[in-house]
Amino acid sequence: MAETSAEPAKRAATAPEPAKRAARDGVALGLAVGTSGLAFGAAAVASGLSPAQACVLSLAAYTGASQFALAAAVAGGGNLIAGTASAVLLGSRNGLYGLRLASLLGFRGPFRLLAALGITDESTAVALGQQALGRPGRAAARAGFLATFASLYLTWNAATLAGALGAGHLGSSDSFGLDVVGPAAFLALLWPRLRDGRTERAVALAGAAIALAATPFFPPGLPVVLAAVAALGAALLPAAGGAGPGPATSPGPAAAGPGTGAGAVTATRTGAACPAGPDGAPRGAGGRPGR
Amino acid sequence: MSATWIAVLVTAVCCYALKLAGLTVPPRWLAHPRAQRFATLVPVALLAALIAVQTLGRGQSLAVDPARLAGLGAAAATLLLRAPFLVVIVAAAGTAAGLHALGVA
Repeated sequence: MAETSAEPAKRAATAPEPAKRAARDGVALGLAVGTSGLAFGAAAVASGLSPAQACVLSLAAYTGASQFALAAAVAGGGNLIAGTASAVLLGSRNGLYGLRLASLLGFRGPFRLLAALGITDESTAVALGQQALGRPGRAAARAGFLATFASLYLTWNAATLAGALGAGHLGSSDSFGLDVVGPAAFLALLWPRLRDGRTERAVALAGAAIALAATPFFPPGLPVVLAAVAALGAALLPAAGGAGPGPATSPGPAAAGPGTGAGAVTATRTGAACPAGPDGAPRGAGGRPGR
Repeated sequence: MSATWIAVLVTAVCCYALKLAGLTVPPRWLAHPRAQRFATLVPVALLAALIAVQTLGRGQSLAVDPARLAGLGAAAATLLLRAPFLVVIVAAAGTAAGLHALGVA
């Protein structure tokens, strides 16, 4: 691990300590998560995609959920148009991440074309997590994003190739506990925001609840996109006057998981008392009174 | 060109275009406070959803995987102890791998 982190550390030799730490976190996460490219490569070839097609997807689409969705459509011998559409729909979450990353990273010009390719769950989580980890500033966010992009891109593509060429039988990444690396990393990077932000906590719980509730009814990947409704609800709620559906800030610090139904009730209650409802100001806790 | 190649290329181009579109939305579109709140909260909702689905989901069904749950529990425990990021990851993966090795799940 020390060797692998040497590269970004060298690049950031003059950068302050937070950027180095952000890069180190990103490199480690990318290496661990990238190994799941083995599973994609193997699944893609088993589905009937050629190794070249599997590699093109990993190189250019570079978004796991969409890639698995297209492979599944090919395997089903099913409708390629529907398969492509669902793969693209799943890719929409990266666009939503981009909305947030644009101001956070502030990349301009041609470099933005390259940075766009690097948007994934992991690079977004690392970039956003830096501020919460007490490393504010654009340098740390950029370093975390780019380090995650570089290490995950290289590992994911190498693993895809290896898996497509038949290395998939080497063993499931589950046996090394790598299947839990993603969730654990996302939890770690969200943790400070969940601890400190009441609205964030409610949105996270609602997002998780929506995704779990939707899982039996939709193809894999789509439930996660549907969780964006939780953010939409919280963003619209103050002015919607309780008309907005579902997830809202929950009053209690130890809020029970807000199902969408219960959320509407607590929303009305919060609206009445309105101690620190979701206001216009980002992170503004005690904002405007009333609405 | 085969139909499969077309599907692969269309998927690749569209997935990249979506990433670029989000990153290049003009700042004034996000100037409205509510749009800003949405953009800020969306990653929280999606990443939390990923935590839930990757821990409890198996394809289109929900399944309790004791090793994964224990791994995530180990992550939460180390976070409560304010452990650094890498310690959290290693604790989670190590716990899950240990339980897998013991034949759990």
